[in-house]
Amino acid sequence: MIHVNTKINGDETEFLCDPRETMLDVLRDKLALTGAKEGCGTGDCGACSITVDGRLVCACLMLGAEADGREIGTVEGIATGEKLHVLQQKFLEHAALQCGICTPGILVATKALLEKHPDPTETQVRYWLAGNLCRCTGYDKIIRAVMDAAKDMREAA
Amino acid sequence: MMRFEAPDSFEGAVALLAAEGGTTRVLAGGTDVLVQLRSDMFTPDLMVDIKRIPGVHDVTAEGGGWRVGAAVSGAELNEHPEVKKDWPGVCEALDLIGSTQVQGRATLTGNLCNASPAADSVPAMIAAGAVVTIAGPDGEREAKAEDIATGPGKTSLKLGELVTSVFLPARGTGGGDCYLRFIPRTEMDIAVVGAAVSMTVEGGKITAARVSLGAVAPTALLVEDAATAIIGSSLDEAALTALGEAASAAANPISDKRGTVAFRTKVAGVLAQRAAKTAYERAIK
Amino acid sequence: MALDGSKSEFKLVGTRPLRPDGIDKVTGRAKFGADAYAAGMLHGAIVRSPHAHAKIVKIDTTKAEAMKGVKAVVTRADFIDGLKGEMWNVLENVMAGDKALYDGHAVAAVCATSTLAARDAAKAIEVTYEILPHVTDVDKAMAKDAPVIREGAAAPGTPEGMHPNVVGYHESGHGDVDKGFAEADLVIEETFRTEATHQGYIEPHACLATMGNDGKGEVWCCTQGHFHVAKVCAALLGTDASQIRVTASEIGGGFGGKTAVFIEPVALALAKKANRPVKVVMSRSEVFRATGPTSSTSMDVKIGMKKDGTITAASGVFRLQGGAFPGAPASFTAMCAFAPYALENVKQIGWDVMSNRPKQAAYRAPGSPMAAFAVESVIDDLCKGLDLDPIDVRLKNASRQGTKASYGVTFDRIGLVETLEEAKAHPHYSAPLAEGAGRGISCGFWFNHGGETAVSLALAEDGTVSLSVGTPDIGGSRASMGQMAAEELGIPYEKIRTTIADTATLGYNEISHGSRVTYASGLATIEAARDTIRKLCARAAAKWKIDPEAVVWEDGCAKPSGPNAGEFEPMTLAKIASSMGRTGGPIVGHYEATPEGAGVSFATHIVDAEVDRETGSTRVTRYTVIQDAGKAIHPSYVEGQFQGGAAQGIGWALNEEYIYGEDGRLQNAGFLDYRIPVASDLPMIDTVIVEVPNPGHPYGVRGVGETSICPPLAAIANAVSNAVGIRMTELPISPPRILAALDGAK
Repeated sequence: MIHVNTKINGDETEFLCDPRETMLDVLRDKLALTGAKEGCGTGDCGACSITVDGRLVCACLMLGAEADGREIGTVEGIATGEKLHVLQQKFLEHAALQCGICTPGILVATKALLEKHPDPTETQVRYWLAGNLCRCTGYDKIIRAVMDAAKDMREAA
Repeated sequence: MMRFEAPDSFEGAVALLAAEGGTTRVLAGGTDVLVQLRSDMFTPDLMVDIKRIPGVHDVTAEGGGWRVGAAVSGAELNEHPEVKKDWPGVCEALDLIGSTQVQGRATLTGNLCNASPAADSVPAMIAAGAVVTIAGPDGEREAKAEDIATGPGKTSLKLGELVTSVFLPARGTGGGDCYLRFIPRTEMDIAVVGAAVSMTVEGGKITAARVSLGAVAPTALLVEDAATAIIGSSLDEAALTALGEAASAAANPISDKRGTVAFRTKVAGVLAQRAAKTAYERAIK
Repeated sequence: MALDGSKSEFKLVGTRPLRPDGIDKVTGRAKFGADAYAAGMLHGAIVRSPHAHAKIVKIDTTKAEAMKGVKAVVTRADFIDGLKGEMWNVLENVMAGDKALYDGHAVAAVCATSTLAARDAAKAIEVTYEILPHVTDVDKAMAKDAPVIREGAAAPGTPEGMHPNVVGYHESGHGDVDKGFAEADLVIEETFRTEATHQGYIEPHACLATMGNDGKGEVWCCTQGHFHVAKVCAALLGTDASQIRVTASEIGGGFGGKTAVFIEPVALALAKKANRPVKVVMSRSEVFRATGPTSSTSMDVKIGMKKDGTITAASGVFRLQGGAFPGAPASFTAMCAFAPYALENVKQIGWDVMSNRPKQAAYRAPGSPMAAFAVESVIDDLCKGLDLDPIDVRLKNASRQGTKASYGVTFDRIGLVETLEEAKAHPHYSAPLAEGAGRGISCGFWFNHGGETAVSLALAEDGTVSLSVGTPDIGGSRASMGQMAAEELGIPYEKIRTTIADTATLGYNEISHGSRVTYASGLATIEAARDTIRKLCARAAAKWKIDPEAVVWEDGCAKPSGPNAGEFEPMTLAKIASSMGRTGGPIVGHYEATPEGAGVSFATHIVDAEVDRETGSTRVTRYTVIQDAGKAIHPSYVEGQFQGGAAQGIGWALNEEYIYGEDGRLQNAGFLDYRIPVASDLPMIDTVIVEVPNPGHPYGVRGVGETSICPPLAAIANAVSNAVGIRMTELPISPPRILAALDGAK
């Protein structure tokens, strides 16, 4: 077992993990942070999207052991207390989720997008999210929610 | 039981790899290695994470060219405006691999050492004339990008060796490169065919060129006939036709779940032509 | 219950309130199948056959059982013996008996203290196989020399002399097709093929189970039908259905694929043997290899048309490969094929064929999209051959109220003509096309379904409502149920909490399938609310000492029905509820029934596609869905169903397919090579909601979940065929196929 010290959503966290366990295994099975989902385990679906030192990655494509000394961000860290992030609110208003299994990953990914590109085009949003599979919505309402959130965030900035 | 090590020097990494009696894997971005692990395709006895080694995340100017550390991710390389200006084809090839999430981790070095015939950045590196630096038990050596992969999943790296950086040579004036791939969707697929062209253009005429194809043979190909077809031309219709024919002729693909022999052979020519056109436009800009 | 003519003005129905489970789902709190953990929980892993067809000679579990952390191993011997009929089929699929019938078929399972320990132990279970010849193609499986999957599986009515793999036959129609073809000015006959596709829900199957040796068990799982899970698990483990309590988790997509049971009985068997909770979660590759994809098909369709566009006759033969068990929806395919058209002469035949593939499961309008692909392609070719407008021809032949349908029923009020008229008037249909692009249209049909339904609605003392429904919420139904209850009760939507009740707390509910939830659970919710209202009115009547019949419910209040009833202050729901403990006890409304007026549904889709003639690459550039929803309760989620169906259809048409190798193994058991559409593949998907009320629902609701996937395969095939000038007859219309067709045409 490997002893890892890390920071998750701003909180100092330590855990023991098997060298083969992925960051996703650790988040879900060791730390009870089940917001990140395993849709594929091979980096094809994006349902386990997290940020590592601010960089968007798939938690299934990272070993838990690699988290030592890093800062991890998950969907559980997006809202501030009871106040939802603009993106979360817009996803609800636009009905941008049906089953909701892809939603955590898409929120983490779009938050990273808007931090880097506050005024994205529809095409940019679509390509940025190409690694986040959604089987329910056809993406239409997701794209609208992201564009609307981006607009609100720009106006608030 | 897999062992995990994260040494803080290449000497340490080499020592670990050389001393291991079982199987080993070097972990850079992990976007191939961890897929193999999760899919039960391959679990090494020793995994060596090189991301704690100083310098592996750096992109540094060197003799007019660029040295790209072994752990520089696609996202990081594509945020480097100067490398992007010199080698847009290499940068776009790396950028095409996987999703935004994969871009947060995937590296040129990993793409090269995974030795997939369909690796996107490898034809681009070959066309660019990239040279890699290798650390090993006998010290450092250099190798051309095209000399690393020897077959699907197989490399020329010897026991205890690992690639420490990729060097993209000085671009010089009048240079342009481009990489294009064919995939059924717009993103997320493995290349069915890949084509990279790098060239130097002086006064409208191509004076030097390198053409490389991916996913049409056991390793990425450097196609000299295709380069010959356009050198000396200003990429007129005749040169483009000859380029397409040479590329299709060099293709030696298989039929599999991603494409057929006929499809890959034809599209290799189409993409080589299209990549050449973009490389030419970039060169004369 | 019939359409309630008095209910045409709505306060909440037709609005777009936020879904009640929304905050949980945007914060990561929502608990899906794999998100449950129990104290002392073990992790299960399943050993699966790598062979398409093999005799299981021996299963040696000794090495695995000796491994650290391993607590139990189960094989077929740990399940009940002596089952018959469909339950035997389910058991045989859940855990192989004498033979492994497809690549991925479960043969053993193990549980251990961690997922890694369980996976390692699964690898240590040694299975000795004797490999048998296999077949995975539908036409080859029907051939004389095909390997036999199983003798004696054919359903009654299957013609004599067929290969044992042919297990079902359907024939229907009316009129005289030969006479009809003779009257036609143009007859076109074509053969079509479609590959199997997968529902591709992002959440793999997952469950957490406990069970004691007293036969009492608990299951938490992602399913479209938890009552069905309870029934199946009880049968397979030899206990009583009421002793297995199943709770439906949040469900990460189903589309029909989570109507079948795969891992829950295995988790229960492991839990019983280990006497600890066991969680089983499928990997993505297990989902592709061992759940229920669609049938693959081979189809012959022949249609005759007069110069004026009148269809004189239509016939079709539809051969469906359904995996290693009977049950392919060949009859649905046949019955849906010509349903959009009023035909004098029509005949359809369906064949259910077994092969060495996983047992097919429902996928959104099972069987219908393939039929539409074949039929609507031929109609388009006829329109081209006779130089007729494809919408005009469809309008001319469209089924209407009173039409005797191709499959026998007489249609009541239906909305096909309305969708076609909307399509014709839509700016998309007349928009100029880019060079090299093609436009396609198609109609589609689905029956829709009612099914056993129970709903309960309980008041709290503060005047709020707890609504319990038994159909898992697969796309926002808790919102629409809340809207309908609030509409009836006359209270704010926010005052209602809708819960998917577990199997121990509500009467039996059929699976969330057949586009039945908004229709059937909605109908039951409305009736449960009306039952509650009757009880509320009775309490008011008792207080006012008047006849309950003299009390009406308006705007959330009990009121005297008129001046003769007396003069009393209206009593709000909250007021009556606050004293209910003293006025007769808790007030609970409920409704149980099997509604049968689901109301069929039609759609018309328009699509533009651009084809790169050098690479065969297709881009869908514009898409419009026009569908009859009867009455849209929550329009956002109706649009969502339209858009989702279209997107899945685009994948099916262009890229998605099961690819089996010569060895009978699935070659693309992952999202890398099973290519569902990604965000950058698709345009915005426009929607038009047509509302032709369903006479079988108080508000006129028709199910909307399935019809949306019926037209896309054909619409896209028509668009691509128009773009390249060649009829594409095989799905997926992949780039190599397009390029080969273009090269062949040269």
